[in-house]
Amino acid sequence: MEHSTQDRFTLVVKKDCPTCLMLEPVIGQLAQQFPDRLEVYVQDDPSFPANVDAPIDDSSLEYSYKNGIEIVPTLMRIEAGAEEKGRIHGWDRQQWRQFTGIANLGEDLVEFKPGCGSKTQDPGMDELLALRFDGGQLHSRSVEVGTAEDLLEACYDRGWSDGLPVVPPTPIRVMRMLKATGREASEIIGEVPPNNVPCSIEKVAINAVMAGCKPEYLPVVLASVEAALKDRFCMHGLLCTTYFSSPVMIVNGPVASQIGMNSGVNALGQGNRANATIGRALQLLIRNVGGGVPGGIDRAAMGNPGKYTYCFAEDESDEQWSSLAMDRGFEREQSVISLFAGEGLQPIVDQQSRNPESLAKTFASSLRSVVHSKLFGLADAILVISPEHRRVLREGGWGKVDLQQALYDDLITPGSAILRGVDGIAEGMPDKFKDKLLNKFRDDGLHIVSTGGTAGMFSAIISGWVASGERGSQMVSQVIK
Amino acid sequence: MPDSIMLDPTAETQSTNRPLQARLDSLSGATVGLLDISKPRGKEFLDEVEKLLADRGATVKRYMKPTFTRTAPRELNQKISTECDAVIEGLAD
Repeated sequence: MEHSTQDRFTLVVKKDCPTCLMLEPVIGQLAQQFPDRLEVYVQDDPSFPANVDAPIDDSSLEYSYKNGIEIVPTLMRIEAGAEEKGRIHGWDRQQWRQFTGIANLGEDLVEFKPGCGSKTQDPGMDELLALRFDGGQLHSRSVEVGTAEDLLEACYDRGWSDGLPVVPPTPIRVMRMLKATGREASEIIGEVPPNNVPCSIEKVAINAVMAGCKPEYLPVVLASVEAALKDRFCMHGLLCTTYFSSPVMIVNGPVASQIGMNSGVNALGQGNRANATIGRALQLLIRNVGGGVPGGIDRAAMGNPGKYTYCFAEDESDEQWSSLAMDRGFEREQSVISLFAGEGLQPIVDQQSRNPESLAKTFASSLRSVVHSKLFGLADAILVISPEHRRVLREGGWGKVDLQQALYDDLITPGSAILRGVDGIAEGMPDKFKDKLLNKFRDDGLHIVSTGGTAGMFSAIISGWVASGERGSQMVSQVIK
Repeated sequence: MPDSIMLDPTAETQSTNRPLQARLDSLSGATVGLLDISKPRGKEFLDEVEKLLADRGATVKRYMKPTFTRTAPRELNQKISTECDAVIEGLAD
């Protein structure tokens, strides 16, 4: 390295680091050699090093953070124009001599000793410092709450909760959440219904915090929001409807296991943080940003418990089984979230079928009852197949396509059999369908997914919104980045 | 001790208070729009409303949203507002 007498040196140390302590005489040597050209920043104890006139107190870590110090000691060489020319860290005698041009530097010391982690690298510190020194990227209104107040109650008081406690969205938690995405906090992800308000990534992060998400879930939450805002999904109508439905989310691909989602025992039940909080984050966002408050513009007659959260992963352990995402044109290696306007869970018990033909008839007869056994083409559905039922299909040599065909064949029904008034039931299809053959589900209206524990010959139906299809909602999928 | 700080999770918007439109003095000679939101039986219901309005001397114009699940297209709102003195929305079944 070429040396200029104009260059300055900046050294960052902490007393808690044995290498820095060992280097105290070297630092004294540098101070003598470069009077007025050496600045020493110390992260923990401004009385260290004792042989330097005025070490600069960096206990706030501002200098270390802004200069990306990861290891102490770090020695930087700064040109006259304040441009950094190079940096070294830890102790390598040869390297230090070359870097400083002092031939006898550290003669009494070992040749090599690695440095320690900078205090900026302590767990949780990165976000704290980002907040302290880069906090300008947060634009949401700060809500100050008195110290005597309970933050959970303060969230309830402001109407920010779905009825369950939320995690108070403190700036540090929001910063930690935002660190999980490379996207700018101010980027607008879309307009959230029902009020159709522009929504920033920051607002998504705040609501993800409140839902209880870990930062690593944020990309999935962001994809769920992007999916929900697609026109095909019709989130506006879904929120406003008197019907039961709300978003049901299914995650496919590597991300599900990476973030620890449940696709096994009790996959649609409680107990898994990722399943529970990802689904909840979207619901909170629609409430808080979109203004979709129950009893306000959310007019559901009864609603359904899935309006707190309804999110699970597909069991992709069987490579012969094509996943929901693959049915929708994605690759197995892609992580994808799909949203469906649906509600509840209707169990299907079949502990007797040992061949696919029989099992398919069981599925079909149960699917016939979706919304009403005499209403066809009205609501989409998801058939959720358990691993044991999947095994029956596989052992019988059936793939998903065979099952889809059998369900179609079993469900097609003459209109005359399900007209209004038939079987003494006023509800049914209008007279104009009496000479037609009717499909229970519109094209692309029946989705098949597999999840759950390996014991139990129970599958299930997630019934869809009665405004399924182009006039209302269709399943949407979004790649998770 | 400083107070705790939370970040506002809402859209931070506030509704604007707008006064109601002045009421028509009379239906006679007025043009009244009837907006069918595409719910079942909306047509039959609005047919009856149309008769009542016609009896009172109003000219009725009929409009329809493409689907009840989505908000009315802006063009439709603009068309109604330029063609009518008042509008009645056939809200639901």
